[in-house]
Amino acid sequence: MKIHNTEHREHIVLQMTPMIDIVFQLLVFFVFTFRIVLPEGDFNIRMPSASASQSSQPSETPLLKVRLRATPGGELAGVQLNDNQFSGETPFLQLHESIRSLINDAGGPGSTDQEVEIEADYNLKYRYAMNAITAITGEIDENGEQHKLVERVRFAPLEDE
Amino acid sequence: MRFKPKGHTGIVEGDLTPMIDMTFQLIAFFMLVINFSDVEQDQRVQLPVSELAKPPTAPYEQPLTIHLTKTDRYIYGGKEMTEISMLKSALLRETQIIKRYTSKSLADVTVIIRADQDAKTGQVQEIIQACQELEFEKFALRGKQSEVRTIGGS
Repeated sequence: MKIHNTEHREHIVLQMTPMIDIVFQLLVFFVFTFRIVLPEGDFNIRMPSASASQSSQPSETPLLKVRLRATPGGELAGVQLNDNQFSGETPFLQLHESIRSLINDAGGPGSTDQEVEIEADYNLKYRYAMNAITAITGEIDENGEQHKLVERVRFAPLEDE
Repeated sequence: MRFKPKGHTGIVEGDLTPMIDMTFQLIAFFMLVINFSDVEQDQRVQLPVSELAKPPTAPYEQPLTIHLTKTDRYIYGGKEMTEISMLKSALLRETQIIKRYTSKSLADVTVIIRADQDAKTGQVQEIIQACQELEFEKFALRGKQSEVRTIGGS
């Protein structure tokens, strides 16, 4: 007996339109929610209150004091490390070089428990304080590697007005 | 003389495959670069830039984020405050919650300070001092990563 193949051999057309619709919806969503933002990073500092820090072991190395003075408009007026005044266009670079030479004399970067206290004028713009912290805490070499300089940074207590 | 049409009269279907390929590539790209973890960012705060500001390698266990705008306003928990005393009382409530409902010590909590680049440094110090009075010890001063040296020199 001969069996006839009764199955229909229809040409199935795949409906692409709904898929393309949804794909474009997705694309539009991602394009509109896309924002180019630079990644954010942190400077981690440990600053216990004055009473708590007094009870802890005092550091053997002398405290370095960085003084940041401001103009009435909040711009930078001067940078000082202990008694050294830095002037010119790159005071923070000079501060960095100065701290690096001090640390190198004391046994190499990252090997000391050197502490730096930043005393800034109240109205100084925060970007300058951030520049000072950058100059104090480390550097980036030619290969893009980060080297730590001083890890213990703190702000001087505010004077009561 | 009679002309016979030589062109095809059937339905012409364009090949959609390259377009779909390209669209999927674009979707894949945007899916990879989208970052939903930037929820703590605030458009009112323009962070100062620093080449040493590196993103934390691991998320903080107990972060508290305080924003400071250049118009001398503190933003904490989505609320905008004008006085440091208001921020202090909000932080006091937070410390009570931490002490009551978690086993963490306040010294383990990291206070992230997102201050505007034109904000007053004294106000940042006031925030730190207020936190210190409440026994917080760990602070993270947030800056925007930069590829160029910000302290001068090459």
